Amino acid sequence: MGEVLVELTVNGQLREATVEPRLTLADFLRERCRLTGTHLGCEHGVCGACTVLVDGAAVRSCLVFAVQADGAEVTTIEGIGSPDGELSAIQSALRDCHGLQCGFCTPGFVVSVSAFLRDHPNPTDQEIREALSGNLCRCTGYQGIVKAVRQAADAGHRGEL
Amino acid sequence: MTELTAAVGATRYAGSRVPRVEDARLLTGRGTFVDDVTRPGMLHACFVRSPFARARVRGVDASEALALPGVHAVFTAADLNDGVHEQWYTMMGRATPTTPLPPLAEGEVRFVGDPVALVVADSRYVAEDASELVDVDYEPLPPVVDYLGAEHAGELVHPDYPGNIVGAMETPVPAEVEEVFASAAHVVNETIHQQAYAAVPMETRGIVVERSGASGELTIWSATQAPHEVRAYCARLLGLPEHRIRVVMRDTGGAFGQKVMVSREEMCVMLAAMKVPAALKWIEDRRENLMAAGKARIECGDVRMAFDRDGAILAAQIDYLEDAGAYPIPWPVGSGMAAALLFPGPYRVPKAAFSAKFVFTNTAGRTAYRGPWQFESLAREVLLDIAARRIGIDAVELRRRNLLRSDELPYTNPNGMPYDNVTPLETFEHALAMLDYATFRREQAEARAGGRYVGVGTSTYIEPTTSGMGNFATEGATMRIEPSGKVNVYVAGGSSGNSIETTVVQLTADALGVDIDDVNTIQGDTAITPYGAGAAGSRSGGMTAGAVREASAVLRDKLIAIAAHRLEAAIEDIELAHSRASVRGTPSIGIGYGELAELAYFRPGELPPGVPAGLEVSARYAVEAATLWANATHVCTCEVDIATGQVTLLRYIVAEDCGPMINPNVVEGQIAGGTVQGIGGVLYEHLAYDVDGNPVATTFMDYLLPTAAEVPVIEYGHVETPSPGAGGYKGVGEGGAIGAPPAVVNAVADALAPLGVTITRLPLGPSEIVALVEKAAADGRPAER
Repeated sequence: MGEVLVELTVNGQLREATVEPRLTLADFLRERCRLTGTHLGCEHGVCGACTVLVDGAAVRSCLVFAVQADGAEVTTIEGIGSPDGELSAIQSALRDCHGLQCGFCTPGFVVSVSAFLRDHPNPTDQEIREALSGNLCRCTGYQGIVKAVRQAADAGHRGEL
Repeated sequence: MTELTAAVGATRYAGSRVPRVEDARLLTGRGTFVDDVTRPGMLHACFVRSPFARARVRGVDASEALALPGVHAVFTAADLNDGVHEQWYTMMGRATPTTPLPPLAEGEVRFVGDPVALVVADSRYVAEDASELVDVDYEPLPPVVDYLGAEHAGELVHPDYPGNIVGAMETPVPAEVEEVFASAAHVVNETIHQQAYAAVPMETRGIVVERSGASGELTIWSATQAPHEVRAYCARLLGLPEHRIRVVMRDTGGAFGQKVMVSREEMCVMLAAMKVPAALKWIEDRRENLMAAGKARIECGDVRMAFDRDGAILAAQIDYLEDAGAYPIPWPVGSGMAAALLFPGPYRVPKAAFSAKFVFTNTAGRTAYRGPWQFESLAREVLLDIAARRIGIDAVELRRRNLLRSDELPYTNPNGMPYDNVTPLETFEHALAMLDYATFRREQAEARAGGRYVGVGTSTYIEPTTSGMGNFATEGATMRIEPSGKVNVYVAGGSSGNSIETTVVQLTADALGVDIDDVNTIQGDTAITPYGAGAAGSRSGGMTAGAVREASAVLRDKLIAIAAHRLEAAIEDIELAHSRASVRGTPSIGIGYGELAELAYFRPGELPPGVPAGLEVSARYAVEAATLWANATHVCTCEVDIATGQVTLLRYIVAEDCGPMINPNVVEGQIAGGTVQGIGGVLYEHLAYDVDGNPVATTFMDYLLPTAAEVPVIEYGHVETPSPGAGGYKGVGEGGAIGAPPAVVNAVADALAPLGVTITRLPLGPSEIVALVEKAAADGRPAER
């Protein structure tokens, strides 16, 4: 299979690689960039665990090929919060509200919610629940996650990374 | 306990909502799940799976697959299965009968998804390409799909099991019980059916096995709830000494019972790893997980209860039938029997009878899932609501008359289950008070007058937690105050969503009198942690608390002995708090743990006579009780749209008694997670098969998990009655998944009661509800209430 050169900016760093056209963005990030915080829960676009920002938009990296993201700016969970370990407002809210248990789905929630609050700074509870419905969690029953998004929104956070 | 350990300071952390220590790494994508592990030259595995529910395998031609560049091997049963030495799970023991578990299918495939061959290649992509090139010659055979007819199907899933019966316990109903049913004022009987659903952790199964040829060592990274069980099983399977195998799990992405026992696929990877030159990784995909990682819940029961004129229960009977699938793990009869034994539940039931039968089918094997015996609560609580309507008494009042009171404890149920330290009536009343039941009934009447269908359902159960049986009976801890005075605690544990790292750190900080930031825990590595049976049976909290208690008691005695010697004070006058040993009444006279550690490690000559150097202890806790009983009441209200069949949950209340709470956030998180799984099991989830045995829910488009848009806010009411276990703690991991289904069913049934609907069969998706409403209308059945 012919390979293709791609250039992506991942968490602010330029990444060049030669990839098979069928390599998903998720596998590119996990295997080529060794950014394993992006998780694969279904590989068919439902669970949302693999959500990353591509040019600011929350996308499911299991449904995007790396070649489609050529030239794009990608932010993964590793690019959220400060490098010294300080959590973003959304990450902190999830911690405060017991919004994670096993933590497998968590990176996808953090990325999705970051984009959601940026675009919907004053969400209703119903809007929060609808926004979260694109990500699956099997541990928490969503109780702490919904609470965390409410808390972050009420505190005026706008999805800052 | 000695005088010394009685000097434990006030608890600072147990009982409080301490933030989790697991969170920082998980929130930032720095967890280590099994798929995050890479090894030099690592190879990737992919299974070739049967597309038939039952077929003879006439041959496997792997030549085309082997010709593909990057493919290293294609293994079949002939290559791997002979490598099996012993196959038994520690929990079941060597002597318990085991059903067949060939790593790869031998001669016959027995369900869609049955692994037939294992492809090993340079990458997962190439392994998947090659798996499609493996040509398996199948001769389809008629499958046994429906468990209800399995006994008399004529075809056999396994040739050595006539009637497809895995096991059965059938005794005639005692005459005295029959007499009660014959003479009771009210007898209510129904057959209750539950559909297949499953654990469905967000992280699928996965394993990396690396053999070091020169040293004979084996290292395994596994998505597991029980690293030591993986080690023990692997040692038996491969005939290797246990101490040459190391199993590591840092983060497991949810498990709920599915990852507590080594599965056939994992056996295959262990066996194959002995034949390839580098580490071998297998990561299951979601389709495989929904097709082949196992199912749970599919079962039914003929249940009946006898009541006197006033609604007092006189007798309860269950005849239980369970679908074990083709390859159940573990032997299903043990946990299934619990469904029959616990059927009387938290009620005053003078007489009981039961039978239980377990049958093979050509479907995915049954696996452990959060409250594996949960059917007892579903069947009992649904039957009680049906009985209340038939007798003409409010369902809450019926329960109130029959629930066990605290002055009746200890109480042995008629099947021999000895309950104690439980509060079913208290949780029941607490939950109803939170709802304001009388007000709800008034609002319901108004809603019904307005043509709306709203209902309320309750469910109350008692569950066994923290079993004292076999390898579950003990748990160890190694506790080390390092030379700097900081603390490391080693327990088997491992994070699978149960917050066990936080629990251990909280308890250790209290036990040693140190700041929580000064405690670290190391878990999930068999090479360095004490043996433990893993996160199963709602045991982690209570058992680990016992282990921490035992280890810290020894370590405290040692700290005190050194401090008393150094401070020239009496041993009984030494207090430990804030990482410091000081003299009672004279807090200015004291010595920090850092200094004590320095003495213990570097100046052994200055230690008191008879006190050995170092500040490191290992100790093991043995739970004395056979089980620690926990209980809860769930109350749910809902509205049903009878045109669309949509159920909207309005309020959801759980009042539970898991003893004193180590961390209310963790308790509530466990309850919420289990509850939402139970809600999903009633309203959304169905691991369905068609009549030919094809699984029809193998993606998340078909297998519907609850999302944030559907779930209600869960309200908690805590009743805290100590158990006889360490710290008075009880388990809380499974209960939510036990209590939720009957509460939801009863709420829906209550909403639809004016239409004459009786619900005895799950799931309750929109189409099922519309069908129930239409059938009731066609029957012209008068409303039961």
